[in-house]
Amino acid sequence: MNLYIFFICIHTINGDFMKNSKYERIVSNNKAEETRVRNAVVAFLVGGLVGFIGEAIIEILCSVFKISRTDAGTYMIVILIFIASLCTALGFFDKLVTKCKCGLLIPITGFAHSMTSATLDYKKEGPISGFGSNMFKLAGSVILYGVVAAWFFGMIRFLLGGKI
Amino acid sequence: MLLINSFLFCGIVCLISQIILDNTKLTPGHITSILVIVGAFLDTFSLYDRIIVYVGGGALVPITSFGHSLIHGALTKANSLGIMGILTGMFDLTAAGITSAIIISFVLALIFKPKN
Repeated sequence: MNLYIFFICIHTINGDFMKNSKYERIVSNNKAEETRVRNAVVAFLVGGLVGFIGEAIIEILCSVFKISRTDAGTYMIVILIFIASLCTALGFFDKLVTKCKCGLLIPITGFAHSMTSATLDYKKEGPISGFGSNMFKLAGSVILYGVVAAWFFGMIRFLLGGKI
Repeated sequence: MLLINSFLFCGIVCLISQIILDNTKLTPGHITSILVIVGAFLDTFSLYDRIIVYVGGGALVPITSFGHSLIHGALTKANSLGIMGILTGMFDLTAAGITSAIIISFVLALIFKPKN
């Protein structure tokens, strides 16, 4: 008799456990779906805002300093890199990146952030073997594949005889 | 008008890469590398130049413009120097960005201490 009750107990506990895990799985799936949608919307808004700021900086530089649009584009990139590096060094860019993810990693701010954070992380190990050799740890892949792709496609375009 | 276009273009690039990041196992490093290759590919037949005309500064901000300016500098030099121009002109347009990033992060590493 005791054994029988024991079995029933185990059975009900198991059943409850199964039900709970199923319930939790459905809840977590829904949560994942929600966070995906929220991440996408946040990335769209933040990324768009960075692009908006870039264009605004170009127009301000053009109208204030009377320089051409191409020069203003170069200055704009330098200004954005400076702002992103400074925010990384002050320590609050990492928190923004964990919230906005691709909104800040895909613009040129992500490139500056990866370089500055790698440099600061390896500062302890000295100037040569520390941040000297680890500066391009994260940004190196961008430069490598950019140069390889640009060389490959440039050769194709050049051999086809196209002129810009 | 250029302001709205650059908001939309930059936002859509970030949206696409966020969707890729959430639904696959790729890391942000993979995605930025892929986007640089896409930028270089789009400029092979001068498509990215047309995008810049319509979108303005918003097209210069995402990392795709890095690939575009690499290949654009190379081909501009190649017009005058021949095939060696692809090697000598590769960093002509991106030099400002890379040099300033190196110098700024070096100076900041000397001044600031790493957090946590």
